[in-house]
Amino acid sequence: MKNYSYVKCLIFGELMPSKMSEKYLDFSATTPTRKEALAEATPFFLDKFGNPSSFHYKGLEARKAIEGAREKIAKILNCDIKEVIFTGSGTESINLALKGIAFKALLAGKRGTFISQKTEHHAILESLHWTEKLGFKIVLLTPNKKGIIEEETLRKALQENPDTLLVSIMYANNEIGTIQDLKTLSKVSHEFGVPFHTDACQGAEYLNLDVKELGIDMMTINGSKVYGFKGTGLLFKKKELIIEPLIHGGAHEFHLRAGTENVPGIVALAKALELAEKEKQKEGKRLTQLREHMIRRILKEIPFTYLNGTEKQRLPNNANISFEGVEGESILLRLNEKGIFASTGSACASQSLDPSHVLLGIGRSHGLAHGSIRFSLGKSTTKKQIDFTVNELKKIIKELRQLSAAWNKNKKSGEAKLRKKKVRK
Amino acid sequence: MKVEGQDWFYTDKVKTHFLKPKNYLKNEKEVKKFDGYGRVGNMKCGDIMEMWIKIQKDKIVDVKWRTFGCASAIASTSMLSEMLTEKGGMKVDDALRIRGKDIMDRLGGLPSIKIHCSVLGDEALRSAIKDYESKKVSKTKTK
Repeated sequence: MKNYSYVKCLIFGELMPSKMSEKYLDFSATTPTRKEALAEATPFFLDKFGNPSSFHYKGLEARKAIEGAREKIAKILNCDIKEVIFTGSGTESINLALKGIAFKALLAGKRGTFISQKTEHHAILESLHWTEKLGFKIVLLTPNKKGIIEEETLRKALQENPDTLLVSIMYANNEIGTIQDLKTLSKVSHEFGVPFHTDACQGAEYLNLDVKELGIDMMTINGSKVYGFKGTGLLFKKKELIIEPLIHGGAHEFHLRAGTENVPGIVALAKALELAEKEKQKEGKRLTQLREHMIRRILKEIPFTYLNGTEKQRLPNNANISFEGVEGESILLRLNEKGIFASTGSACASQSLDPSHVLLGIGRSHGLAHGSIRFSLGKSTTKKQIDFTVNELKKIIKELRQLSAAWNKNKKSGEAKLRKKKVRK
Repeated sequence: MKVEGQDWFYTDKVKTHFLKPKNYLKNEKEVKKFDGYGRVGNMKCGDIMEMWIKIQKDKIVDVKWRTFGCASAIASTSMLSEMLTEKGGMKVDDALRIRGKDIMDRLGGLPSIKIHCSVLGDEALRSAIKDYESKKVSKTKTK
């Protein structure tokens, strides 16, 4: 083994002296790379740098690493090794899955319908909206208030659209953590002979990835959410399903994704997924307890706060809460000053003027969508961090409500009043 | 973190006013002593501003405000309240001439997507002045 001392320095955090005071609660945005994955990938940056397509030992060494990684992942997904296609991100995998189907239809001189749902990631929604320009139809299902797509909603859409080419429903939502019942949904899809794609980027770290058990035809996973590298991803695609590539060039990745493979990234992704698979149950349980503790404390100790999404069918690491009368970006930046890093569904923190399409999609008001904060927990999250965060949050919400024009200390605030009225009726 | 050449998401001035806002209404009971009130914005776009002003001899001598909105919305209302009350208060005529750009300049600029937030502050102010003037008219009428 070579001496990679400067990499070790990175691994053990010596370049980040301030790390002790950080409370990073934004693991759904991205995870750090876990050190085992980095260590396994490091040689492929350095002396094992060969091009996997080269006909010499240097190339072969890299080729073996990629195929080894593919094998590991195929085992986790319970699929054939030829069904794992490495890409450059989750977004790219999604584009390949959706546009790959669209281009295939176009080449046959056909058009058709894509069925998806309102609370998908923008990678899905924007890709689908683009296919509309080519003459495809898209149908976006409305989830129930918990964010769940009901079996009958999908069945009805499939009945109404016999020319459906693909159904794409995410495994777990990136904002509210709602987990969809893929087994049931894919079964409905198959009743109509329609293939089923799922964006599993958020779910991969915690949920069952057995594609046979779930009945999945295509599945997107990326490295930056599972403690692998940013800029890495994969698409599982069933052999029988034919799609067109988006990137043309060499014969890489079964002619579906040209370009020299990101060898270290692929090696890291396989290692990360392998470890995730091993730790899933234990870590899922630990995070579920922490998340429950956090949600319970916030809802109990801060008045007029609401949990977004469902209590049960929820990712272990997701807590998304709306605070009445305050705006999310303000909360976020006040938290930031305390070293607490989270994210918000407010329009102000995005580059658009609309708040979270996910929260509006499950029927939340604009006010509560603007006032939402997502805390997403991860490996380094401790109970102490959660308690510190809730304590700071209490102070911040109190202060921001005091200067808010949408909060009235004496009267019950608007949303709460409405709710009470509804209850009385 | 470098955002637009700075170490924060907004200018230092915005940061200061956001983290330590000035002149906001701390006590609802204070409302009584003010002569004019204005409220602008709506929940859909995510910014609401309220402003209370006290006027003596055509000068704004006291200002209180409340804002629902992002950091730049809070900072810009706080900045405006400082602009109005510094140097012993601003003449109503001068206050009516304040526009969003003036507030923005004092803040050292805002990202383009945020400009609509600061524009609200001057609207709330004009609405409060209008309220004051309509009250004055009705008072003289009853006399």
